Amino acid sequence: MKLTLKIWRQAHATAKGSMQTYQIEDVSPDMSFLEMMDVLNEQLIVQGIEPVAFDHDCREGICGSCSMFINGEAHGPDRLITTCQLHMRKFKDGDTIYIEPFRAKAFPVIKDLVVDRTAFDRIQHAGGFVSVNTSGNTQDANAIPIEKADAEKAFDAATCIGCGACVATCKNASAMLFVSAKVSQFALLPQGQVEATDRVLNMVKQMDEEGFGNCTNTGACEVECPKGISLENIARMNREFLSANVKG
Amino acid sequence: MARLDAKIPQGPLADKWTKHKNNIQLVSPANKRLIDVIVVGTGLAGGSAAATLAELGYNVKAFCFQDSPRRAHSIAAQGGINAAKNYQGDGDSVHRLFYDTIKGGDYRSREANVYRLAEVSTNIIDQCVAQGVPFARDYGGLLDNRSFGGVLVSRTFYAKGQTGQQLLLGAYSAMNRQIGRGKIKMYSRHEMMDLVVVDGKARGIITRNLVTGEIERHAAHAVVIASGGYGNLFYLSTNAMGSNVSAAWKIHKKGAYFANPCFTQIHPTCIPVSGDHQSKLTLMSESLRNDGRIWVPKKKEDALAIREGRLKPTDLAEEDRDYYLERRYPAFGNLVPRDVASRAAKERCDAGFGVNKTGEAVFLDFAAAIERYGKEEAHVKGLDENDNALVQKLGKAIVKAKYGNLFQMYEKIVDQNPYETPMMIYPAVHYTMGGVWVDYNLMTTIPGCFAIGEANFSDHGANRLGASALMQGLADGYFVLPYTIGDYLADDIRTGPISTETPEFEAAEQEIRNKIDALMNNKGNKTVDDYHRKLGKIIWNKCGMSRNEAGLKEALAEVRALREDFYKNVTVPGTPDSFNESLAKALRVADFLELGELFAKDALERTESCGGHFREESQSKEGEALRNDDEFTFVSAWEYTGDPGTAKLHKESLSFENVELKTRSYK
Repeated sequence: MKLTLKIWRQAHATAKGSMQTYQIEDVSPDMSFLEMMDVLNEQLIVQGIEPVAFDHDCREGICGSCSMFINGEAHGPDRLITTCQLHMRKFKDGDTIYIEPFRAKAFPVIKDLVVDRTAFDRIQHAGGFVSVNTSGNTQDANAIPIEKADAEKAFDAATCIGCGACVATCKNASAMLFVSAKVSQFALLPQGQVEATDRVLNMVKQMDEEGFGNCTNTGACEVECPKGISLENIARMNREFLSANVKG
Repeated sequence: MARLDAKIPQGPLADKWTKHKNNIQLVSPANKRLIDVIVVGTGLAGGSAAATLAELGYNVKAFCFQDSPRRAHSIAAQGGINAAKNYQGDGDSVHRLFYDTIKGGDYRSREANVYRLAEVSTNIIDQCVAQGVPFARDYGGLLDNRSFGGVLVSRTFYAKGQTGQQLLLGAYSAMNRQIGRGKIKMYSRHEMMDLVVVDGKARGIITRNLVTGEIERHAAHAVVIASGGYGNLFYLSTNAMGSNVSAAWKIHKKGAYFANPCFTQIHPTCIPVSGDHQSKLTLMSESLRNDGRIWVPKKKEDALAIREGRLKPTDLAEEDRDYYLERRYPAFGNLVPRDVASRAAKERCDAGFGVNKTGEAVFLDFAAAIERYGKEEAHVKGLDENDNALVQKLGKAIVKAKYGNLFQMYEKIVDQNPYETPMMIYPAVHYTMGGVWVDYNLMTTIPGCFAIGEANFSDHGANRLGASALMQGLADGYFVLPYTIGDYLADDIRTGPISTETPEFEAAEQEIRNKIDALMNNKGNKTVDDYHRKLGKIIWNKCGMSRNEAGLKEALAEVRALREDFYKNVTVPGTPDSFNESLAKALRVADFLELGELFAKDALERTESCGGHFREESQSKEGEALRNDDEFTFVSAWEYTGDPGTAKLHKESLSFENVELKTRSYK
C-alpha cells in the first residue's frame, strides 16, 4: 500500500506545532500501525529528518503507552484496541491518514505525538489505593468470600490501562471514566470499603485541580476505550461521591 | 577477587529463612529516616520493593524510563501467579512448589533461595487480596486456581489473562500511597546511565532525563536494580520495546558478576513472525495449553497443502494429525515445561511439518475443549448433548469466559477467528533466567548494590516454570529485600547524607557525557535499529533454541565485528538535550552489543544441555536434553575485565541436600 501521512510535529512543549505531510510506500496489511510508523521513521532518519516521536512500549495493548489520535479517533478506526494493536489492513491503498497526539489541557504535548499524562498518576496518588502495609501478615486471602459477579465487575473496572483515550475523546476532556474505574474497583470490593469516603473525595478533587473538564454524559469515552470500561462506573462514582459528601 | 560466597544460612532447609530473619541486623525507625535508597525499575519487583521500603521508613527514590511506573512490562504478564496455598486440596505444599521449581529449573538453581520463594508465595496472595487485587473467584466467592506447565497441581492464581496487570497495578497503588505521603520520590522518564561506586560501595546513580536530556546525579546509601530481563538482546521477543539490559550491564561493568547469561526462556506459545517489518512478538498465555491441543499434520504433503492454502486445518481428519506433545510426553502432554514444548515445536517445523507460510508455526487447537465444555454445560442445563450447534455455542461461551481477551488479541493480530480455526503459534524469546549474580540477601558482588526480580539470576535455574516470574518479582520486592537490605544498611546509620559532589560522581557523569557526544557526532549511515535487528538475527540463529560449538564461535566473532561496525557507522539523529528516542535506543543497543558476546561465551563454555540451554552435542538418542551433573552443577558468574570477550569465569557450585538430582522426565 501507498499512503499519505499528515502528522502533528512539535519540537518541544512550548514550540508552535503544525501538520506535516509524508509519503510512505510498501506498507503491508499485516503491519501494525506502529510498525508502519517505524518504517516511516527509518526512512526519515536516512533522509536526515528527525523521526516522529511517539510513546509506545509493550505493543500488545496493555501498557497504555501508545496514544495516537488517528483520523479523528483515539487509537484509530478499530474498536476495543490500542494504537499498537491497530493493523494496516484497516486502511486502503492511497489513503490519507491524519495522526495527532491525544489533546487535552491536562495532557500538555512534550514532543510531536508524545504527551504528558502524569496528571493521571497524581490522581492515583490522591487515593487510588488501599492503605495496607506489606507485612505479609494480613488475614488469609480466602477469609472474606467475594461474590463472583462483584469480583468480575471490580476486575472489569481494574482493567483500565490509563492510556487517556477517554480524555482525548471527550469534548470536555473529562477524566471521569478513568477516575471512576479506579473508584469502582475498590467500591465493589470489601477491602476498599474502609477508605471509600476519603478516596472518592480526594480523587475527584485532584481530578478537578488537574484541569480536566466536566462530564456531560455523551458516552464517547466508553466507545473509544480500548478496554471497554463501562459508563456504569461513572454512575457508580457519582453515587459514591454523593454519599461521601453526605457523610462529609 | 575472593571466592563467591552465597551466604546461605546454616540449618535445615525449612528453617533457614526464619532463622536468618531472626539473626539479621535491624535499623531503628528513627534511623531509617536518615537513609536513602534508590530503586531502578518499577515493575513487580521494583514497585513492590519501593513501596515496602518506603512503608518501613526509608527515603526512596524510584526511577523508570516509562512515562508512569504503571507501564513497566510486568503489566503484560498474562497467565497467573503460583502460590502453595493448597486451596484445591490436590496435594500442594511449600515443599512441592519448591521441588517443582528446582526440577523445572533443571537443577541449576539454589535450594535455599527456591525454598524461601515457595515459603513466602502464600503471603503474596494474602497481601494482594488485601490490596484489592481482583483475582478470579469461583461461585462460592473463594479464589479460583488453574494449572500451568510442568506441574501436577492447580496452584496458579489468576485474573483472566491479565494477572500481571492486576498485580502490577496493586504494587503501583502501594507506591502511590507512599508517593502521596512523600516517602517515595518518583522519577519517571528517567533512564539510569551508570552506577556510582564510592570506597567500594554503591552510593548512587547517574541518570538521563528522557524529556530534557539532562544528566543528573542521585546519591543514596544503597542502590536496588529491578530493571528486568534482557530478552530484547534477540531484537524480536515478547518484551516491551523499551526493555533493556543497560542498568544490569552498567553494574556488571562496575564489578557485579553476571550469572548464567545464556539461560534464556523461549516460550512455546507466541504468535508467529509475519514479516521483516516485525517489531515485537506477542505471547499467547501458557494457560491456553490447559485446554488447547498442539498438533501438526502427520503427513508432509498435508502440511504443504495447509501452507499453500489448499487445505484447511479443520478439514484434516483426526487420524492425520500428530499431537506430538501428547505422543512424546504422555504423562504431561500439552502441559510439559516451556523449554520442552518449544524444542518439540522446533523439531517438527525443522522436519518440514510447519503450518504457516514461513513453515515456522504449529497449531493450538481448541475444538476438543469447546466440544467438551459444551457437552458439560448442556448436561448441567439439561439440554440436548447431541445437538452439535448448541454444544458449539455453549462451549465457545465457556472458552470465551476463560480466554476471551487472548482470543481477541490473536484475532486482531492475525485476522483469523480462533474459535473457528486453530491458532498458529511458534516459540519466541520471553524471559531470561540469567542475570546479575546475587547472594542469599539479593546483594550483588558490589556492596550496597542489590538486584531483584528478573534482573537477578537466583531462582529459576536453567528454565522457569509458568506463573513463577510474578511470584519471584513480588517475593523479592515485598518480602525478601526489605529484610535483607536492613542487614546491610544497619552499618550505615552514622554515615549521614551522601554527597554527589565527589570525584566519583564527577567521573561517572563525564564518562556518560563523552559517550553521548561520541554517538551524536558519529555521522554514520546506518540506523540503530539496523544494528539491533542484525544482532538479534545472530543471537536467534546461533544462540537460540539449539546451540552448537561451531555456531557459538561464529556468533562470538560476528557480535564483536558488529559492535566495532556500530561505533564506526551508526547514525543518531536529533540533539542530546531533548526528547530523543534514537539516542536512548543507541545507548541501550550499545550495551546489548556487549552482552551478546558474553552470552555466546557462556553458552560455549557450558557444553551440557540443561533447561532452556540445549547443546546439540549433549542429547540422548531420542533427542532429549542431557545434563552433565559431574561437570556443570554450578552457576557461571562472570567478572568484567574490561572487555566482554575476556570476562573471567567464577563458579558457584550448587549442592543439593534435599532433592535428588534426576533426569527430568515428563514422559
